[in-house]
Amino acid sequence: MKRKKRLQDLIGWLAPFFGLILVLAIFSSIPEIQDRFLRIANFKSVATQSVIVALGALGMTLIIISGGIDLSAASNLALSGVIVAYAISAGIHPVVALFCGIVTGGLIGFVNGSLITSLRLVPFIVTLGMLGIARGIAKWIAGNQKIDAPLTWVNELMTRNPRPSWLLLAPGVWLMIFLALVMAVVLRYTVFGRHVFAVGSNEAAARLCGIRTNRTKIMIYSIAGLFCGLSGVMQFSRLTVGDPTVAVGLELDIIAAVVIGGGSLSGGEGSILGSMIGVFIMAFLRNGSTMMGWPNYIQEIIIGAIIVVAVSLDQIRHRRER
Amino acid sequence: MQQNQPCPILLQMKNINKSFGATRALDNVDFELKTGEVHALLGENGAGKSTLVKILSGALKQDEGSMLLENFRHSPSSPLEGRKKGVSMIYQELNLAPHLTVEENIMLGKEIHSWGFVQRKEMKRRVRDALELVHHPEISLDIPVRKLSIGARQVVEIARALMEKAKILVMDEPTSSLSQEDSDLLFQIIKKLKVQGVSIIYISHFLEEVQRVADSFTVLRDGKEICSGNMEDTSLEELIQHMVGQKVKEMFPQVEHTIGEVLLSLDKLMGSKMQAEVELNLHCGEILGLAGLIGAGRTELLRTIFALDSVEQGSIKVADVRFSKGTPWQRIKQGMGFLSEDRQREGLALSRSLTDNLTLSNFSPYCRFGFLGLKKRNEAAQDWIQKMKIKARSPEQRVFSLSGGNQQKVALARLLHQRADILLLDEPTRGIDVVSKSQVYEWMGQLASRGKAILFVSSYFPELLGICDRIAVFYRGQIIDIRPPSEWNTESLMVAATTGKAL
Repeated sequence: MKRKKRLQDLIGWLAPFFGLILVLAIFSSIPEIQDRFLRIANFKSVATQSVIVALGALGMTLIIISGGIDLSAASNLALSGVIVAYAISAGIHPVVALFCGIVTGGLIGFVNGSLITSLRLVPFIVTLGMLGIARGIAKWIAGNQKIDAPLTWVNELMTRNPRPSWLLLAPGVWLMIFLALVMAVVLRYTVFGRHVFAVGSNEAAARLCGIRTNRTKIMIYSIAGLFCGLSGVMQFSRLTVGDPTVAVGLELDIIAAVVIGGGSLSGGEGSILGSMIGVFIMAFLRNGSTMMGWPNYIQEIIIGAIIVVAVSLDQIRHRRER
Repeated sequence: MQQNQPCPILLQMKNINKSFGATRALDNVDFELKTGEVHALLGENGAGKSTLVKILSGALKQDEGSMLLENFRHSPSSPLEGRKKGVSMIYQELNLAPHLTVEENIMLGKEIHSWGFVQRKEMKRRVRDALELVHHPEISLDIPVRKLSIGARQVVEIARALMEKAKILVMDEPTSSLSQEDSDLLFQIIKKLKVQGVSIIYISHFLEEVQRVADSFTVLRDGKEICSGNMEDTSLEELIQHMVGQKVKEMFPQVEHTIGEVLLSLDKLMGSKMQAEVELNLHCGEILGLAGLIGAGRTELLRTIFALDSVEQGSIKVADVRFSKGTPWQRIKQGMGFLSEDRQREGLALSRSLTDNLTLSNFSPYCRFGFLGLKKRNEAAQDWIQKMKIKARSPEQRVFSLSGGNQQKVALARLLHQRADILLLDEPTRGIDVVSKSQVYEWMGQLASRGKAILFVSSYFPELLGICDRIAVFYRGQIIDIRPPSEWNTESLMVAATTGKAL
């Protein structure tokens, strides 16, 4: 009995891995693209492409575990990118510009969290509003067009051929890996991490045990906002311009990654590892489909189906537990 | 704990008054609790037990009266403050975070950390000590709470309360969903807690159990404190006498009705949420009462019959058609109507109009080519409002603005409107005033006289005795006995429902 349970736990933990391995196995077994798909350069480029969604997913994982949702992630990211471009084009030192972008993201998150807790509104509504507000502000600041900024080292964050070459991966990718590790540690080994799970699992119980649930929530949304800000910086680095219309709908990709990775929209469940795997499942699917020459709509259909399949498998597993 | 003072008074509640709107839930109640005793709080449903302990724990505020805890004024503004002062409520699962592990739950809000990093080893040691205190060291610390049995969850809650240095534990119906073994384990824990000087307020309907664990008792009835004393000096019969009291004879209008043939029969029926198989025959023109305690399995039976829970075994026969699986939609077609005990959440669409609620289960009279005849529907609703004496401004009025009694009439009218022949009524008179109650009884009689069959679940014995043709008593999922009301009385019903033995 006990061994069976442990096996179930193991399967549950590995389930997202299976998904990723399956995707990799399928594409690497197709002869037409095998060579190109399995090349290291390809993996590098997928990693680089994943950075923006992955950074967003780190914050989104916290939010979803706490039982919330953030629909404003992509707008926030676009706004932060515009702020960076604006600052650099205004001649401000790139370090300060980066800082401004990230802080903007954090500020938007803080406002989200404050509104959710003080007005007692559901996160869906507050962040739906912020989706429009942040996007609007971005367009306003950018004067409804792209902001050109002079090339600086900021644009090297997302390059496929990093200098010095011993870095192997773009600085942005290393940053993503580092932050993923940090967040995994935070969730697992800190008091704050426990409180995030507690708020999502049973908010009333958490409050009764003396957890300042409002403060915890504001922190969660602020941290997620900071990640969106950083993600915006990466977006700017890749585009080399501040585009206020970039990443429309990307919040859904971010949410999908978390959900594929085992996050539960009713709270209490989710993991950084799972979310990162979710990001890479989607990234490799896109990458492989493009190589196959499949049109965009095929990719959309496949990813849509994967979301439903992944979540229903997760549900079946849970029902068994009970 | 304080050996120089044997049994000092730990808690004093004096002249506690509490009203909800026009109803007086507590009327000058006094309550005293000694250190290290188990004090049973007894009374029928709605007697005010829950209100009293909610005031003690800080979930409610009394209108008048004072509380002294260890000779200091006790007026907690929230359950959190109540816990900090040493009063912990033990619910069944409400207060645990299901996804967190046992250790995480027990240490929630009291994490030991350095620089924000949890000191897992130290916490585990403490949790192990706490589980040792409640004599359950075998519970694994790393298992999510949702995977534990209900009994084990309760142990976790008790361990958490002890961790907070609880002086008073309030247990509200702690054994109602526990197996016999788990209950016995709980009683052992309670004994150990007493030795450690923890006081326990124990609320339960299972009187034999109460006699086993409690040292003293207080009986509440209709918000008043009736009596209190030592458990040893009081017999079961006396307790029941106190609880039931000399009730004012209520109006039970008798409507002539004759019992016909069997309309609904249950053959070894077992549903996914039922605890045991049930066999039962219900006749045309019969009102069959189902008595028992909350959680005895009556609601689950009705829900299984109406296909809200799935049928696992056995079958249901209506007239001559036998079936087992199905959906509520099919049941309605077969002539059944179900009245939920939870009017607010399940019985009615509170934010919709009276008309919508009334006609929801049967739109066909107003339907033409898929369009609803709104005017016709409103007129029909107006008829029902008059027929059922519902106090409402118009059929368009939204249901949440009606009083409880009138809401219930709307829910009942829906069953009549859908022309159900078999009525499954779950606590139809819960939370409604006396006049409405008496009207509900009268309709039930009239329906029976028209040949309808009624299954009537109630936790209020006098009304069962007043209007039923037969009364079946449930105890832990099983029917103990079925007899006509002339062969039951409140005492024997109470004994059967609380002990499972028919006198």
